[in-house]
Amino acid sequence: MTLTATRSSRGRAAHAAPPARWRGRKVQGWLYAAPTAVIVGVLFVAPLVLVVWMSLNRWPLLGQATFNAPANYLKITGNPLFVDAVLFTLKYTAITTVLLSGVALGLALLVQERRPGIAFFRTAFFLPGAVGFAAAGLLFYGMLNNDFGPIDPMLQALGITSEPVKWIGTPNMALFSTITLVLWRFAGFNMLILLTGLQAIPTEVYEAARSDGAGRWQIFTKITLPLLRPTLALMLILSVTGSLLAFDQFFVFTNGGPDNSTVSMVMVVYRDAFFRFDLGGAAALSVVLLVALVGLNSLMMRRLR
Amino acid sequence: MRRRLAGISLFGVLALTAAACGNGGGGGGGTPSSDAPVTITMWTRAATQAQSERLVKAYNSTHKNQVKLTVIPTDNYQPRIAAAAGARQLPDVFAADVIFVPNYTSQGLFLDITDKIAALPYKDKLAPSHMKLGTLEGRQYTLPHTLDLSVWFWNKDLYEKAGLDPEQGPKSLKEFAQHATTIQDKLGEDGKVHGTFFGGNCGGCYVFTFWPSVWAAGGQVMNPEGTTSLNDQPAMTEVFKIWRELYEKKATGPTAKEEQGPTWTGFFPKGEIGVMPMPSTTLGLMPKDMKIGVTPIAGPDGGESTFVGGDSVGIAATTRNAEAAWEFLSWTVSDEAQVEVMARNKDVVARTDLAGNKYSSEDPRVVLINSLVAKGQTPFALRFGQTYNDPQGPWLRLAREAVFGDAAKVAQLNADVTKSLQQQ
Repeated sequence: MTLTATRSSRGRAAHAAPPARWRGRKVQGWLYAAPTAVIVGVLFVAPLVLVVWMSLNRWPLLGQATFNAPANYLKITGNPLFVDAVLFTLKYTAITTVLLSGVALGLALLVQERRPGIAFFRTAFFLPGAVGFAAAGLLFYGMLNNDFGPIDPMLQALGITSEPVKWIGTPNMALFSTITLVLWRFAGFNMLILLTGLQAIPTEVYEAARSDGAGRWQIFTKITLPLLRPTLALMLILSVTGSLLAFDQFFVFTNGGPDNSTVSMVMVVYRDAFFRFDLGGAAALSVVLLVALVGLNSLMMRRLR
Repeated sequence: MRRRLAGISLFGVLALTAAACGNGGGGGGGTPSSDAPVTITMWTRAATQAQSERLVKAYNSTHKNQVKLTVIPTDNYQPRIAAAAGARQLPDVFAADVIFVPNYTSQGLFLDITDKIAALPYKDKLAPSHMKLGTLEGRQYTLPHTLDLSVWFWNKDLYEKAGLDPEQGPKSLKEFAQHATTIQDKLGEDGKVHGTFFGGNCGGCYVFTFWPSVWAAGGQVMNPEGTTSLNDQPAMTEVFKIWRELYEKKATGPTAKEEQGPTWTGFFPKGEIGVMPMPSTTLGLMPKDMKIGVTPIAGPDGGESTFVGGDSVGIAATTRNAEAAWEFLSWTVSDEAQVEVMARNKDVVARTDLAGNKYSSEDPRVVLINSLVAKGQTPFALRFGQTYNDPQGPWLRLAREAVFGDAAKVAQLNADVTKSLQQQ
């Protein structure tokens, strides 16, 4: 009892009179954090609060908003595009994430060792990542266009196809073409992420494994993959989040077609806001999407930790 | 160290305060005096860029006030207007596709200019379809800016090569189909020339080019209130059927099904298409040496009509330069602007009393187009854009099923179109 009392009084004394130098450092710390806090507050927290508030109101383009909660949330399931868009986005996310992970990992393994000329290949693989995504969508639209694109004549000249391929003319081809675009645009970037993870694995571990008689496959599955797990987790989270928020590629390249077969969830939000002028409804959809994303990412981080 | 930090903090607070004062107090000081020249901002969509640019150029060269024009890609125009309105950042003046105007006026985006229009000496001569769509509950909000009518263009050289009479365009949709098929059969072997073309993945293209055939046959596509779709009625399905046959016969060019809209008018000027529906505004942009015939869009068995499209222009409700904006707007419908700028460049004039002017009489095709203004229609619907123009809207699905897919689904899809039109 006496001991506890003594400890408490010591603690109080320590808190009651912190040295002036500490107080100064505390203020200094706050000041260092202030610019970031302001940026986060203005560019993230404030818009987030506004979007949540919009989702609880009927929000006209001009004029006063009127509180109508929870009407904007209740009508989401009645949106004719919503269910199909959710299913399509999930399908797209699954396919893209698997393919992107595979291709990026393959590229990273190809260029991980320092050899003459390897910098050229690393740069070449990464370069598409420097192209803006909307510009990349437009580029593919032009390249694969049946009227003026160069790909069709090239394939026909080589005897691979006999007539123009409907690159975005059928739902499956539109999805295939879009995924090709995404792989081209993002594989190099993801390769770079994985490369940093690969290079962080100590060479001694590989050497020890080899001296123990481990083969290439065993080294890959028992050493590379387990040690790459944190980097893979980061890449997966980026890929899943990016795919669930897919917009540019479909908006620019397929325009949601053909026959609404490539409408992503963010396209539905965009349509509600800017074609139907239903800003409250679009905000409600955004909030639902945000909650789903936060939930999914928490789950993934827990599983991949 | 602490003193320095305190100094930095104080400077920061002062800077923020000064900035805040600057913003808050700037409103009054920014209002121009009545004599000072004013520069107003204007937005227009790319589809009617040429006309807007000519008008602005002529105005700026003769007036103290100036107009700064921004051209926005047609596909992005509606979202840009919506985003700007939401952010209270609309320009002083903006043109809009006339069919979107009812929605914009119902959203309160335009300033009420009823009294100003009433003071115009030619107020009753302004293009009636545009004025009708710019009126809401008896109040007027817009003036006609450009008129863009859908007509059939035919390539006289290709007609001659295919053994058709180059001076005789089609008089019915069935005859149109015969001509297109003949050209495809006779000249289409190398895959470069096609009988006809249309925007098969573009909702706005369908309404602009197919609906006049319905009107020419005496049918309607919606009720007058724009709340019920009649696109499952025989007048429409008969038109779909003829176009479907053209596609199945491969007379439409292989990419018509995928054409999303931006390039649908680009093939005719290249001399690749025999006969097709085109916007009248493109007549002045055709190659000079190209022999083009123009004829009204007809129904399956005859008649004639057109979709009176184009843009209306209004003053944004958020403007601070209403007087200067009106000075520009009223000038655009004056005799000077309509004759010396619009008619001179083969554009349709926005006033019925100026239809016969010194420039239009030089080209019988322009006289024909001007005469169609009274025969054509501009459909009214508050939810037009989201129903018919939006790529994810229900109309495009219906039209594509009717022309390329399962035509039996049209009745069911028509119910979706009506539902969209009635959305609150």
